[in-house]
Amino acid sequence: MNRNEVESIAHLARLAIAEEEIAVYVENLSRIIEFVNQLDRADTEGVDPMAHPLHMTQPLREDGVTEADQRELYQQNAPAVQHGLYLVPKVLD
Amino acid sequence: MDWETIIGLEIHAQLATKSKIFSGASTAYGAPPNSQACLVDLGYPGVLPVLNGAAVRMAVVFGLATDATVAARSVFARKNYFYPDLPKGYQISQYELPVVHDGRIEIRLDGGERKTIGITRAHLEEDAGKSLHEDYQGLSGIDLNRAGTPLLEIVSEPDLRSAKEAVAYMKAIHQLVRYLGICDGNLQEGSFRCDANVSVRPRGRHEFGTRTETKNLNSFRFVERAINHEVERQIDILESGGRVVQETRLYDPDRDETRPMRTKEEANDYRYFPDPDLLPLVVETGMVDAARASMPELPWVKRDRFVEQYGLSEYDADVLTVSRASADYYEAVVRSGIDPKLAANWVTGELAGALNKAGLEIADSPVDSKSLVQILVRVEDGTISGKLAKDVFEEVWTSATSADGTPVSADEVIGSKGLRQITDAGAVEAVIREVMAANPQQLEQYRSGKDKLFGFFVGQVMKATGGKANPALVNDLLKSMLADR
Amino acid sequence: MHEMTVAQAGRAIAARQFGSEELVRHLLERIGRLNPELNAFLTLTEGHALAAARAADARVAAGDGGPLTGVPIAHKDIFCTAGVTTTCGSRMLGNFVSPYDATVVERLNAAGTVMLGKTNMDEFAMGSSNETSWFGPVRNPWDTARVPGGSSGGSAAAVAARLVPAATGTDTGGSIRQPAALTGITGIKPTYGRVSRYGMIAFASSLDQAGVLARSAEDAALLLGAMSGHDARDSTSVDAPVPDYAAELDAPLEGLTVGLVEEFFDEGLEPANAAVVEAALKVLEALGAKVRRVSLPGIGLSVPTYYVVAPAECSSNLARFDGVRFGYRAAQPRDLEDLYKRSRGEGFGAEVKRRIMTGTYVLSAGYFDAYYLKAQRVRQIIAAGFSEAFESVDVLVGPTTPTPAFEIGAKTHDPVTMYLNDIYTIGVNLAGLPGLSLPCGFVDGLPVGLQIVGRAFDEGRILNVAHRFQRETDWHTRSPGGAFA
Repeated sequence: MNRNEVESIAHLARLAIAEEEIAVYVENLSRIIEFVNQLDRADTEGVDPMAHPLHMTQPLREDGVTEADQRELYQQNAPAVQHGLYLVPKVLD
Repeated sequence: MDWETIIGLEIHAQLATKSKIFSGASTAYGAPPNSQACLVDLGYPGVLPVLNGAAVRMAVVFGLATDATVAARSVFARKNYFYPDLPKGYQISQYELPVVHDGRIEIRLDGGERKTIGITRAHLEEDAGKSLHEDYQGLSGIDLNRAGTPLLEIVSEPDLRSAKEAVAYMKAIHQLVRYLGICDGNLQEGSFRCDANVSVRPRGRHEFGTRTETKNLNSFRFVERAINHEVERQIDILESGGRVVQETRLYDPDRDETRPMRTKEEANDYRYFPDPDLLPLVVETGMVDAARASMPELPWVKRDRFVEQYGLSEYDADVLTVSRASADYYEAVVRSGIDPKLAANWVTGELAGALNKAGLEIADSPVDSKSLVQILVRVEDGTISGKLAKDVFEEVWTSATSADGTPVSADEVIGSKGLRQITDAGAVEAVIREVMAANPQQLEQYRSGKDKLFGFFVGQVMKATGGKANPALVNDLLKSMLADR
Repeated sequence: MHEMTVAQAGRAIAARQFGSEELVRHLLERIGRLNPELNAFLTLTEGHALAAARAADARVAAGDGGPLTGVPIAHKDIFCTAGVTTTCGSRMLGNFVSPYDATVVERLNAAGTVMLGKTNMDEFAMGSSNETSWFGPVRNPWDTARVPGGSSGGSAAAVAARLVPAATGTDTGGSIRQPAALTGITGIKPTYGRVSRYGMIAFASSLDQAGVLARSAEDAALLLGAMSGHDARDSTSVDAPVPDYAAELDAPLEGLTVGLVEEFFDEGLEPANAAVVEAALKVLEALGAKVRRVSLPGIGLSVPTYYVVAPAECSSNLARFDGVRFGYRAAQPRDLEDLYKRSRGEGFGAEVKRRIMTGTYVLSAGYFDAYYLKAQRVRQIIAAGFSEAFESVDVLVGPTTPTPAFEIGAKTHDPVTMYLNDIYTIGVNLAGLPGLSLPCGFVDGLPVGLQIVGRAFDEGRILNVAHRFQRETDWHTRSPGGAFA
């Protein structure tokens, strides 16, 4: 991976990487990608990708309201709340 | 240059389930902020999604009603991006394998032309929360009550060729989801939302031009205006040698124009992959059969039946079947024995007018079908004239909406106001003689050839009888008595 | 008292040889004295523990107890515990107090266990040495200059040092089995879907499983039985009955075929470790098992496969940590983007960030097919390899780790070097199979683990093999002694 790629991946993942650390990330990530590139040598012709080890299908839930209003409890961990709303820097559209 | 417009619509319909698609929190509209956002909806650490069966059944019913393929096996995928109203940092949606695909719906345009529009796919996904832009010391407030509400995203083929076609399609889908009872179609509350993909190309060219996506179209009128604006904008650009930029735009109803969205997707890479917390969704034949059995008569079937069975015009049939509630009301009236055309006139005329004025839906009409039947029975049996029946209608309506809300019956109104039609020839003759005596000049003029004054005499007789004289009788008697010397 | 196993303590409490409260106080004193050096516990819940112990004693007095009533336990800090800090070893959740209990915690509480506190772990379960914890590394009681393994390093160290008779852990690529091997205890990861993941903070959803670290297979059987079973809140939990694992422990091994995985005896395996494992196999043979060599094609690619799949899933699972609804929030964010980037940049450690970025990369447009899809195909091949092997053998055995415990700081210079510690355990997670590690000897005074892998839902059998081995040997009773006597 090169520096540009690391920066754009960090942006996609919303991770701030300090300028002086970028080089180390480039090195480590390149090493990891190089490592996983070994997968190239596997012959996977005709093999389906496995998303789950279980051969099950999705169970369905009955449609009913089972959750009560516990806003106060849940917002105890909130860093910034007002009038029951979670506060974030202004969202522009 | 002759330009062709290509439009595809993406409609997000909120499914009318009681609880969310992946949690047991309520979906009811209008609750205090974050009072209906449980741990799963908040994306708390450690919680997991469990799929609401009713949402699946609603998707299946939609697939059946649009002649689509209901996938025996479909997969939920994560659409990854960061936004404050998206608590998990991903939306659970469906990507490569949607639950419904390859359907179609017929739209009818002005002039009666019919056109079939393809529905590429309809898939299940969860709704996001809402950002409130009220100022909280320069911050936005996030309400996650809506997060997790089930959505059916309905994507049309790019088969639409004008804003009018787009609106017709949107209305057809809107009507259908309401008929099926899977969505309340409330555009103001945001339970039915539409995005338009628009591009233009020189007529005859095979490849599509670059398209833009326009969002925030929450009324039929806005859809039409936004598309028209966008088409003009694109043509202007292309005709002056420029290129259309592929981007997402927002419709601004105040300015009647579209503008690019500010925070948009420097080509957002959503990194879709199958959600490992959910297993493949298998729709059993049992569920499909049950869905098929539960389907109501579809709007276009009902409309054609109304034309056939009740001898109505296509226009009237359209109006009456605009919603199931309206069609059911109408049929209740007709089944009580009222002439279908008379019933149609009243339901689409007087009743519709009163409902519109009061801002009410037919389901909340103060004059229910039984009450209307009572009125129309008296019209049909000649007790009152059609004109006076309108007054009776008003009385019944008012009484039903009054403080104590108990509606009076048509007969009570007719009786108490003495509105019975006068059909006794002798009584009418007497009135006519009085009118003739009171208006000698007009009588003279009429008898010397001013035929137009006939209407004057009709009016005078009606006035003298408080509108109750049978019009046909008045006509006949006036003709003979005025001519008499 | 602290030398007692879960089974022994449970029986003693039931027989009222001593009360749970007495045992709890004894252990809390030990923890107070010995934990500072080990850093195994992050949070102690003394008040809660004493109250629960008293309640347990009351139940026993009323004749209402079971085999686990009053038995002290610790929970890996990845399990949400209501009203108690749950950090996941991260600054991101440093002050997070969970509003709910994980299913595993609920079930073990219901079985009567008494939680003493939460144990240290590699940050968000990402690591093989417990060196990535924001709260500092955990030390191995056998040699405090060495790692205990990870990510369930705190649980392993606490159990090995006799601070608590058992602890819960999680295993995504070896995080229970590897630390169990490095600290000379018994750890089991059940079949994927056997134990509910609800309330277990997600790392890699299709690989994570909850399990147990204890000092005997008998203990593991008791606790696993209490933890297992269907949970409607976890769509990936299996609805199948839970066998009585304890009842199957003593079955004879005559006729059992044991497969030795050829690929695991490679250059990476230290010769001294290999010798200890081979000696252990002789014990199994003496018990009547037939040992034969099997090959697992594709197993050589299990580590690269894992390091595509796990980071991909975690990059998405950790997107919910954004400073908005809970967790670490950067001070004075300039705008939304700054809020996200700095909260996450400061809240997560380097290994977590590396994995998130690796995951983002392998899911991104242009790389998805070559990496993510490819890895999922190789995963299929690996799983098929196990299935095929199980056609000719009942269980698979081999070394759990290539080396004994290494020194703190010895492998942190290169992520890949660290990743290769899980080389024998990772394939088991990819295939979703059950695996355990039990102590089978020493190299230079450091414990060595033997891994036993079974068919899906065959936990009973692998516990049985481990138990029979432990009846013949005493490796599992060895204690680090010294400061931890």
